[in-house]
Order: sequence, then C-alpha cells, then structure tokens
Amino acid sequence: MADLVSHPDEVKVVSKRFGLGATEIDRYLELDGYKAVRKALGMAPESIIAEVKDSGLRGRGGAGFNTGLKWSFVPKQSPKPKYILCNGDESEPGTCKDRLIFEHDPHSVIEGVTIAGLAVGAHVGYIYIRGEYRYLSEIMQKAIRQAYARGFLGKNILGSGFDFDVYWHGGAGAYEVGEESALMESLEGKRGIPRIRPPFPAVVGLWGGPTVINNAETLASVPHILLGGAEWYAKLGTPKNGGTRLFCLSGRLNRPGVYELPMGYNLKKMIYDVGGGMAQGHTLKAVVPGGSSTPLLTREEIDVPMDFDSLMKVGSMLGSGGVVIVDDSACMVKFALRIMSFYQHESCGWCIPCREGTDWLKKTLTRFHSGGGVRKDIDDLQYLSENMLGRTFCPLGDAAAMPTISIVKKFRKEFEDHLDGKPCPLEKAEAIERSPVMA
Amino acid sequence: MADVNLTIDGKKVTAPAGTLLIEAAKSAGIEVPSFCYYPNLSLQGACRMCLVKIEKMPKLQTACTTVISEGMMVTTDSDEVRQARKGMIELLLGNHPLDCPVCDAGGECELQDMTFSYGAAESRFIDVKNHRDEQQWSPVVYFDRPRCILCYRCVRVCGEGMDVWALGVQHRGVSSTIVPNQEDHLECEECGMCIDICPVGALTSGAYRYKTRPWEMKHVGTTCTHCADGCKTTLGVRRCSTGTELVRGDNRDKSGINGDFLCIKGRYGFDFAHHEDRLHQPLIRRNGRLTPCTWEEAFQLTGERLRQIRDREGGDAIAVIGSTRTTNEENYLLQKFARTVLGTNHIDHHRTADYPALVAALAGHPKLTASMRELFEAPAMLLIGNDPTRQHPLLAWQIRNNVRLHRARLYLVNAQPIKLRRQASSFFAIPAGREAEVAAFLAGQDSAVAAIASETSPEAWIRWRDQLRREPKLVVMFGSEIRGDAVASLIKFAADLPEAKLICLGDYANSRGAADMGLYPDLLPGYHPVTEVGEFHKDWGGVPEKPGLSLRQMAEHAQAGKLKALYVVGANPVEELGLDPFVFSQSFVVVEDLFLTETAAIADVVLPAANAYEKSGTFTNTCGDLQLVKKAGEVTGTKSDFEIIVRIADAMGVAVRKLVPFGRGSRADMGQSRGAQSGEADRHSVWLEARGLEPKMSPFDPMAILDEIQRLVPGYDVSRLHLLAGMDQHTSLSGSGPGTKHDPSAIMPARDDLFSSGTLGRYCRTLNAVLENGHKLAAEEEVAAE
Repeated sequence: MADLVSHPDEVKVVSKRFGLGATEIDRYLELDGYKAVRKALGMAPESIIAEVKDSGLRGRGGAGFNTGLKWSFVPKQSPKPKYILCNGDESEPGTCKDRLIFEHDPHSVIEGVTIAGLAVGAHVGYIYIRGEYRYLSEIMQKAIRQAYARGFLGKNILGSGFDFDVYWHGGAGAYEVGEESALMESLEGKRGIPRIRPPFPAVVGLWGGPTVINNAETLASVPHILLGGAEWYAKLGTPKNGGTRLFCLSGRLNRPGVYELPMGYNLKKMIYDVGGGMAQGHTLKAVVPGGSSTPLLTREEIDVPMDFDSLMKVGSMLGSGGVVIVDDSACMVKFALRIMSFYQHESCGWCIPCREGTDWLKKTLTRFHSGGGVRKDIDDLQYLSENMLGRTFCPLGDAAAMPTISIVKKFRKEFEDHLDGKPCPLEKAEAIERSPVMA
Repeated sequence: MADVNLTIDGKKVTAPAGTLLIEAAKSAGIEVPSFCYYPNLSLQGACRMCLVKIEKMPKLQTACTTVISEGMMVTTDSDEVRQARKGMIELLLGNHPLDCPVCDAGGECELQDMTFSYGAAESRFIDVKNHRDEQQWSPVVYFDRPRCILCYRCVRVCGEGMDVWALGVQHRGVSSTIVPNQEDHLECEECGMCIDICPVGALTSGAYRYKTRPWEMKHVGTTCTHCADGCKTTLGVRRCSTGTELVRGDNRDKSGINGDFLCIKGRYGFDFAHHEDRLHQPLIRRNGRLTPCTWEEAFQLTGERLRQIRDREGGDAIAVIGSTRTTNEENYLLQKFARTVLGTNHIDHHRTADYPALVAALAGHPKLTASMRELFEAPAMLLIGNDPTRQHPLLAWQIRNNVRLHRARLYLVNAQPIKLRRQASSFFAIPAGREAEVAAFLAGQDSAVAAIASETSPEAWIRWRDQLRREPKLVVMFGSEIRGDAVASLIKFAADLPEAKLICLGDYANSRGAADMGLYPDLLPGYHPVTEVGEFHKDWGGVPEKPGLSLRQMAEHAQAGKLKALYVVGANPVEELGLDPFVFSQSFVVVEDLFLTETAAIADVVLPAANAYEKSGTFTNTCGDLQLVKKAGEVTGTKSDFEIIVRIADAMGVAVRKLVPFGRGSRADMGQSRGAQSGEADRHSVWLEARGLEPKMSPFDPMAILDEIQRLVPGYDVSRLHLLAGMDQHTSLSGSGPGTKHDPSAIMPARDDLFSSGTLGRYCRTLNAVLENGHKLAAEEEVAAE
C-alpha cells in the first residue's frame, strides 16, 4: 500500500476518495457513490456522450484522444454485442496512478464503465488489471461483488430495465498488452499482439463487437463529470485539456508521490513546489514528462504547462502522467540503456523494426556503457532509433525510439565521455538503481 | 465491384474496390517488396517492408494492409520509402547468420533478393548475433532459428491453408520463435508447405537439404503422379551415379490447378526411384529362377511366346492387365495392342471408381463434370463418402480454401467423422455402406431416408435436401462408395439443379485416364462398347466384338487352365486384388514394373519399367483435367512402358506403324484419300493436316498416340498448345459412348492414404521415415485439435 501525499495546489477529483475507505460500498455511497449512474440512467445516451465530450476529458492512458468523441464513434446499431473495456494494464515505467484508483476507489471505475455502457448501449464491461497488481484485482473483485449485491450491476440495474455486467480480468505480464488492440487479443485468450487497424475498436473490437476502450483514470473521471457537469470539469484545466489528472512524481525529490493537479500545471512548479524540490545534494538534469516513452526534457525546458498540446509544442508528450526526475547522479547512457532494456524485454516481437531494433539498441548501449563504444555508435544509435520511429506495427517502437533519440541529441556529450574505453564517469553512483522509485 | 482510381508513382491505376494497395501496385507493374504478405493468407503487417508514402498520412503506411481508395496518391520510390526498406533489411540482417554459402535457400532466397534490391551492402552492427541451435522437427522438417525472419507465413499456411495448426509462435520480442506443436517435434501431415513458403532458409527439407544448390538442378515442370488429383509440380533434377535423381518437388510458380500446394508425397515421394530393389535389367525365368538377361532376349522371348499362343490358342487365351499409373498414351497403346495385335478383349485394370456408370448416367446431360479449378470457385460443394484429406490432398485443399476464402458452403455426408467436417456447413453422419441410399434420397426417393436417418432426423434430411436443391451452383463429389445405380441417382438429382457439376473420385494417379482410354474388357476408349461397330473398328481395321474378361474372371480363366498368357503392365493384381498367385502357374506371365512385386515374382519375364517421372505423356486427373507429364529423370536399365509395348509388338512381327501412327509415308496419298475409301493412315494424316500438326517421326514417340487419342477419344481434342504449355484442360465426358453398367463389386478402392501407399510409397525412405516417426491422429482428435 502506498503512502498518500498531498499538496495545497491539488484539485482532488479522481483522488477525492483516496484514503477515505471507499473500497467498501457503504462508505462509497456516503461519498456520493453511484449517484452518477443514477443520473446517467435518466439521461439520453447522446447527452451522456455530449457531456463527456464537452468536458474536454482526454484519454489518460497517454494518447490524449477526446473521450466523448471516441464514444461517439460506436455505431448505434450493431448485430454483435458491444463492450466497454477498462484498460488497467498500467505498465508504463514511471506511472503508478491507476493503481491508486483501484486501491482506493475501485467503485468509481465500475461506475465509469457502467456509464460508458449506458452511453454506447453496451451491456458488458471488462476491467483488465495488470497481472502484477494481484492484490488490486482482489480489491476490484470485492467491489464488483458488492456492486452486484446492491443492484448496481447485473440485471435491471437500479430498477431501470438496463442490464449491465462487469467482469475483471488479470493480465499475464506484458507491457505490450497496454496497447488497446493487444489487450483485446489478450482478453480473448490469445498472444498479446496488436491488431491491424482499421478497423478500429469502436467498430470491430473485442470478439468482433464495437468496443470502447478507456484508461482506468479516464473512466474513473466520468462519474465526476456527470455529477459536476462538463463546464465545471472543463474549466479545471486548460482549453481542450479538461479537468485534472494524476501526476506521478518520482526521482530524487523531497516529496515524490502521486498528485492530482489541474491540466496545464507548470512542470517547474510541479517539481520545485509540489514535489518539494530536489533532494539535498542533487541537482536536476532531465525530466521524463509522461512515462518512459516520452522524449526527455532538459533542465532548461521544464518551464512548460503540463497539458497535451503544450508538451507537444516542446517536442515531447504528456503521456501517462509519469513524471520522472533525473538528477545529476544519473548517467544518461545508462539511463538510455535501462529504458531500452525495458523495451527490448517488452517488445512483443511481431514486427521487425521493434523486435530487432530494440535488441540492437540494447546491445549497442550495453557495450557502449561498459566502455566498448566507438564514435560511430552514437550516430548509429540515433540512426537505428530513427529507422524504428513511425515504422513499427504499434506505438511500442516509437516509445522505444523517441526517448533514445532525445537522449542522444540532448546529452551527446555524456556519450562522448564514454568513448575511448573510458569507464562511465558516474558508474560509482549507480544512478538508476538507487533512484528512489516511488513507493 | 466498382473500380477505384488512384495514382501510384505518378501512374494512374484503376483497380476494383477492396483491392489491397500492394496488389494494385503489382497490377501496375510496380513492385512493393514484402515478406509477410502472402496472397490468400491473413494479413500481418509485420515485416514493414511494404511501407509506402500515402499523401495526407503523416506516417508511412503498409501497402499490404491498406485498401485502396479513390484519389489516393501513393509514392513507393521516395528517399523516405527507400530508407525505410533499407533500414528494415539492415535490422533483419542484424541477427541473420549470413550463412548463404551453405544455406539451402541460397540462390532462391527472398531475403537475398531484397538485400540486393533494397538493402545496404554493409552492416553497422558489431555486437554478437543472437544464436540458437538448429532443430529437427520431423524427418522432413528442420528449423534454423537464426535464419528466420518471423514473417509467420509457415504458421499461417499450416493453420489457415492446411487446417493443421501445427506451428505457432513462442516467447516474445527478440526471443520470439516459431515452434512445432509437440514441444520439440511436429505431428502433422508433413506436407512441407511451411518449408516451401519460407522466404529464407529457416525451414529446410530433410529430403533435400545440403544435397545441391538451386542453380545446379534442372527444373522440370510436370504433373505429380502420386494420387489422382494431378498437382502441377516443378521437379528439381540432378545427375547421380545411376542416372538422374529427383531431389525435390515444389510449385513455386503457382502455375497449375494447385497453386503452390503439394502434399507429402508430391514433395518428398521420389526416392523410390533409387531404391535398391529397383529393377535395372530384364529378368527371364530359367530353370524356375528369374535370371537377368538382355532386353533383346526378353523382347524376343516375349514376342515369340505371345505370337505362338495367339496363333495356336487364339486371342481368347491371352489377357492383359493395365495400369492406373501409366500415361494415357501407354494405356491407349496397350489396349490397342491387346485388341488389334493380341486379338483379345481380356483387358482390365484396378478399378477404383465407377466411371462407366458415370458416363452412362451422363448421357443427355453434357458438361456435367467439374474441373479442379471449378471446385475452388464453386459457391457450394457436396461430398458423399471419401476422405479427401487423406485420399485427395489437393481436392481437400481446394475445398478448405474455397470455404475459407470464398465462404463456400460445404455439405458433407460420411460414415466417418472425416476432418473436413471442420469446414462443413453441415455434416450428416450415416451408417457405413449407406451412401447409395443418400444418392437415392437425393434423387427423390423419400423412402431411402429410413436407411440413413440414424443420427439425423428424417425431417432434417428433407430440409437438407431442400436446401441443396436451392443451391444455384453446386459441385457434387463422391467416392467409390457410390457406384452403379447410385451414380445414376446422383446425376438425376444433379440434372434437376440449376447448375450442378460432378466429380467422381478415383484413387490412383491415372485411374481416370485408364478408364477413358478403354482399359475395360467391354469398353473401348471413350466408353464405346466393343460390341458396337464404330470409329475404332474402322480405324484399327477390326476389333474383337465379344466383351472380354474382367480381372476376377481372368483369374478364374487361368485357374481353369484356359489362360495361356498374361501380360501385366504396371499393376500388381496379386497384391492389390488379393489374387492367388498359383492360379497363374499355367500361364506365360509377362510383367512390366519398377520393382519385383508380388505379381512380378511369379512372372516368366520381368521388364524393368520407367516410372511416371521418367517418361513423357499425359495424365487425366480424377476430375478429368488433362495435363502433360514431362520426363524429368532417368534410371539406367529401364524403358518406358510405351517403348516396351512397341518393342514387344515389333518382336511379334507386327507392322508397328499400324499400332503407332508415325512417319511420313501416308502423306503421299493425301490427294486420293478424300473419297469413301480413305484408309486409316490417311484419316490420321487428314486430321493432323487440319490441325497443323506434323507426323511424329519415331515409333517411340507418345505424341504419335496422343494424336490418335485426340482424334478418336471424345473430350480429348483439347488445345495442343495449351497442353504442351503445361496448362490443365478439362476433358468433359460429353460425346462419350454410352458407357455401361458394371458389377459394382469390381470396384476396389485403394488402401492408400496420405502417408502410405502400397505401390510406390513402400519404397520411399522419406515417406516411411515420416510414417514411423508420427502417430496418426484419430478422426476425433483431428477435429478437436487446434
């Protein structure tokens, strides 16, 4: 169980019930639980979708697509059953927000899934939970049982005549399955490999039926939007970036942790104010703004509002909200190697550029970091990454290439310092391993 | 479908809506490279070789998964696209062992070709390559993981194409690897499709590997002669100490009825040709023992004895047994020899399907037979009896893939739960031996339903028949279970349908040809009864008009001491029909065969014959598709059956030209021959002249007999040009003689299946190795297996 942190700048929406015992349905009901579903049952599906669309809620999984818009793509009539899928396969390094939602507020996810079901006319929802989050799936299972017992799920929910079933499903340990179509494959019991698109899930998804697939945080936000109204939610953030989101601050900060901040919150302020600044004796070197897949920002680039569009402008991405602080004790070559080891391990192997590219990048970085690098390697690292970028079957290849390209570009000098058989100047610090990853 | 206009590399292209961009480009002559894309298999988008630039799309797109749309602007040769391809090849070669000099695929490897066309000359990788040891998955399948580029073609062709699903992918990322279904080995049909479809040398064949290089072989396009389906095949031939060796078969050019399909026998079943038991010189029985002799001695003896017996005892004392694996020309020649030289109608062969009944029933319904190609396109198929997966691998492939790709409906009726029921839209189980009742029921005899409705209710049968009757286009296939009157019932049913066509399934490579060529005691070529005086009588100057003896009757005749000579060409009646060998002890027996078979063992003269890969001619497959067989190899000491028959006739003192119309002599009287008295050679010359064909110059040229077949056998007058070009042409039975009704018990299905064959398979080391290696799945297991 993670310790909760807080800061006065926080605007608690999704994290409103954190630490308040809302895993128990009675407590959840006291805290306005299942009110949104009641409200939604009285609304036309179109108005639910309109409300979510107008709130400016954008996918919290990383891609940042307007949630309401995504729902509106689902055909009204479908010969095959429709499905709602909650993507709780949170695996992005540096990201640990869905985990808190499942841990403290599982009913909000159930509620969000049900509302999505009402909006698109689905009668079945799946909550897919990362395999390593075993203890969370127990919490979720209990919540689902309670929701059934109280008539919030099952046949004729709340006497409305609307049937809705929710199932949980555990992952088997693949980062790749966080990709929506791979998740569907996995849920169907197959190898977790992405599908060819089009067709998109909204048209042909799980078991061939139209499917809405949203991140857990996205769905957990939905009940709050219905209760508070689209306007209220939108105003919490910046234009086109409605609401708040959970930022997972990690690295050598004084107060690392998960904070819910309005969209567009300044990154510099987030580090030095919310996160309490750098730990004693350390200075900031770089920031990973949204999980390991996003290009790094240097110390000079951090005065930026944390929303999808602003980060895009500075050549990075808001991603999944995993803000990783890299301090001066970290060797950027080793950092790149650590990231690449992850992607090499997690690549599903389906397509050539990702399968082979991540492997060669890892091999090259391993040798390079251990002092066997040659000058040509530096360019080759970039060349290889660029050969992967935009050419892989799914975004995992991009996710591996983008940070590498940014590290090689922005920290070339550190690579040059490894040349000519010189040992890593920061090796003794063992930077990455000792960095306190958020508990 | 409506056409879509798009621009590829500035070229205006029009293609039907729904076409994939990669295919549209190909149709415009623009190559978009790919490894994982393979026509008729599911799309992968995995190799990323086919990335192209499509206007308005930020990223490069895979041409293999993109469906064309109106006004699409595509670039396939920009710097960006070229770099993407080059980058992909570089990555592929990173872990590739580059052992091309010792790799089987070297010289015909798609990765090599692509590297030359699109790749980089140098590698930028200096780290150690990933290595894994080679694995043997079966006697014929080897897997070399480092060479594998993971295009998943093998996985798909095995699963989607063969419906065997013996291959899969294990692990992930760079550790991903193709794996066999039984952990470390394969249990499958061993068809070798995975090896054939592999673009690199990752999957190699146990029968072929390390034997040769592609450019050292001669490649002969011919027809496979293992089963009755007649797959087109390209044989790789190499010199060896005893002549030439066939080292492999494949059909990479996809030119025939089978596309690239071949089964285990078609791919590996050649080494029987070099089996140590193969006969290399003629044998004559001296003092009770078969002893080697020269060909001259053998011909002399055979010719003399046959002439003596004919002259003293009459043709009635001589019987001839023909073959189901010799060419049409040989079969035709053999029966002509029997009838015109030996003067006997005692000629028969191992019958496995009731073609005469089919012909008889088809009278008045011309064009009611389907070709192998038509089957693949048919929207609906009905199969009664037979198990094509085991007995007709190509037919099964066509059925499966017709269902998969064209959503065709398959109606199955069988006494066994055959594997094809996985594709069937309905499967009706019947008690064994009740196939004829199904035919009767289909023909409208409702009372027959009682005999077949054991597992399915009579109402369901009636609904089923109503559904069939509504099928706008139906191909009806039936095995040897349907004979005699049952064939007539089926044709009655088919004739009432809007458009129904039939395929009668025979078991051996040229079963159909043997029937068409008149290897029957009562039927001439084209199913003309011997009793009716017609073309053949005129042309050959007389044919014995009394119907001869069937196989069983020959044995009885021999036992009674009335059969003085038996001439067996490429058949083993003692083994196949279970005839008592001692009944022939009073007969002079001549056997032509590859091996000292059970029948050859009792012969007085054994003549070593060439097999169907060692001679040229034509074969007719079970559907009636006529195809060319080209001589690919040769084994020292053997002669083709064609040559042997001619030489025996010559040794008997016959004017060979009467038997084989060769030579130029007849041309001189062209002028006089237009009248009523035109002689036989003249008719032949007139026919040749009309078709612009030259007379053949050698008595050993099967083409000379083919001329006569085309002239006289109904349905066989197909395009000579297409035939010689290696194309398949359907010989409809229309115009045939009236056929006849035979005793149904004369039909004896072969006991062969995919893995075993009594005739050639038992001499194939490769086939035997596979047989010993695997256990056969029971039908239930097959259906359940995923």
